[in-house]
Amino acid sequence: MSNPSLSWNLVWDLRELLAYPFMVQALAAGTIAAILSGVLGWYMVLRRQTFAGHTLSTMSFPGAAAGMLVALPAALGYYVACVIAALAMARRPDAHDGGGGIQSARIGTIQAVGLAAGFLLLALSRSILGGLDDLLFGSFLGITPMQVWTLAIVAIVVLGILAVIGRPLLFVSLDPEAAYALGVPVRALETTFLLMLALTVAATTQITGALLVFALLVSPPAAALRLAARPIPSLLLSVGCAVAVIWCALVAAYFTTYPLGFYTTTFAFGFYLAAVGAQQLMRARTRPVTA
Amino acid sequence: MPTDAQSHRTPPSGFADTHAVVEVRDAAVRLGARTIWTGLNLTVAPGEFTAILGPNGAGKSTLLKVLLGLVPLSGGAAQVLGALPGQRREQVGYLPQHRQLETAARIRAREIVRLGLTGSHWGVPVPFLRREARLAESRRVDEVVELVGAGTYAHRPFGELSGGEQQRILIAQAVVRRPGLLILDEPLDSLDLPNQAAVVTLIRDVCSREKVAALLVAHDVNPMVFALDQVLYMANGQAFQGPVNTVITTERLTALFGVPIEVLITRDGRRVVVGQPEAPHHHGHRHDHADHP
Repeated sequence: MSNPSLSWNLVWDLRELLAYPFMVQALAAGTIAAILSGVLGWYMVLRRQTFAGHTLSTMSFPGAAAGMLVALPAALGYYVACVIAALAMARRPDAHDGGGGIQSARIGTIQAVGLAAGFLLLALSRSILGGLDDLLFGSFLGITPMQVWTLAIVAIVVLGILAVIGRPLLFVSLDPEAAYALGVPVRALETTFLLMLALTVAATTQITGALLVFALLVSPPAAALRLAARPIPSLLLSVGCAVAVIWCALVAAYFTTYPLGFYTTTFAFGFYLAAVGAQQLMRARTRPVTA
Repeated sequence: MPTDAQSHRTPPSGFADTHAVVEVRDAAVRLGARTIWTGLNLTVAPGEFTAILGPNGAGKSTLLKVLLGLVPLSGGAAQVLGALPGQRREQVGYLPQHRQLETAARIRAREIVRLGLTGSHWGVPVPFLRREARLAESRRVDEVVELVGAGTYAHRPFGELSGGEQQRILIAQAVVRRPGLLILDEPLDSLDLPNQAAVVTLIRDVCSREKVAALLVAHDVNPMVFALDQVLYMANGQAFQGPVNTVITTERLTALFGVPIEVLITRDGRRVVVGQPEAPHHHGHRHDHADHP
């Protein structure tokens, strides 16, 4: 890959890109992460839990620091830290907090404690965190086949669970009181969702980095929810958008010298803007202009 | 009005009228040290339209939660659709109070109705499988959407509908499973007068066309008095059930509330209650949501 350059022959470009194993692995990992975050992010945006998602993404810092302290892979640290944070965020069975205000205050506290713990762990291990740029902004150069397989297993587990609980989770997300009255286990579903979101964030962070995980987790679902008013088309649109974002970003990052995180965020934002524009257009068409 | 303090200690062994949709005998609820009400009796027959009335804090919502199986009785007995409260959840349609459904703003209204039918099912619908069952579900959703007169706007996002339209969609969601009992908690709150009358008429229609008994909690009897079969008045820890013409009278209501209340009968036979303790300030009240999941 001495001098990658984009020609006008797209087949040729694609062949060049796929000649490198690291690029194939990056595309595979990116696609899995995009599908996962397209689905889980859709529920997250619908449930207005983006702050919880953001807090989970910052947990990769204490996770990576803890991993370094005990000489374990950073990726394992991501998963463990995210799952612990998700369990801490889940509502207590006896809680009567009722409001989103207290809930978000608790999440904010967890975020601060998590970051502080990361700082302490870093000091304890008496070293500096290697590859801080990659941790924060993501990289696609170092993805191993092992990581791709781990991602695939996480995706199969999370999407498998979601296939079973997807519909009651939608009911709970849209209309918790009616769901509760019909005997749907509201709290258990909420906690399960947070755990699945934690696994998704930990997986996606390895591609996008801790700070830009939102590009995949928020923008595609937000765009999809603007365009489709039925759950399943909206969910599929979200996944399609997330996959398109990561492919475009990987190709762009390969052929230029700029970082992947920048392209992921830019393409995601572009899709979101396009969705806002399309929604305005649709509204203008369905509503006759009154003088 | 049973006032014998001992009677609710011994629950009745069997219910005489097994066809009743709701049967509450000499029931009492205590939450902590506080007695919410005692000696409550209520019978609701199939297809009957009953209003539960009374001031804030009289325990109206608590009674609904008892019937839903969410709050246990501390005395007496209750049965819903021939079983203990909470056992026939699938056959009880419930319309909770003050529901905004903020997260559903961009979701099509028809999907909100559909959730009432299939939202609690585990697993996802697989294409080409159970095709007949899913077509039947869609037909049922269309049917109740038409029943509540929402055919022209059910395809629009829920958040774009007016308050009256949203309430119709939520009523459709509550009746889509063909329940035997429909429980509505303050369904007229935050609706303007024409919409209040329209929603009461709609509930009346649903009662007769779907053969479902409706139990409705309200502050103000006036918007619905023309449509009711019977009322249950709750005040001062006590309750009083009966048909509209015998309960909604100046003497009975004045005695129950302990403040002067006048019932006027208009030329076309409608009853108007004047001087209810609650009527002037029923907007903006926050009700306790302590039992929210």
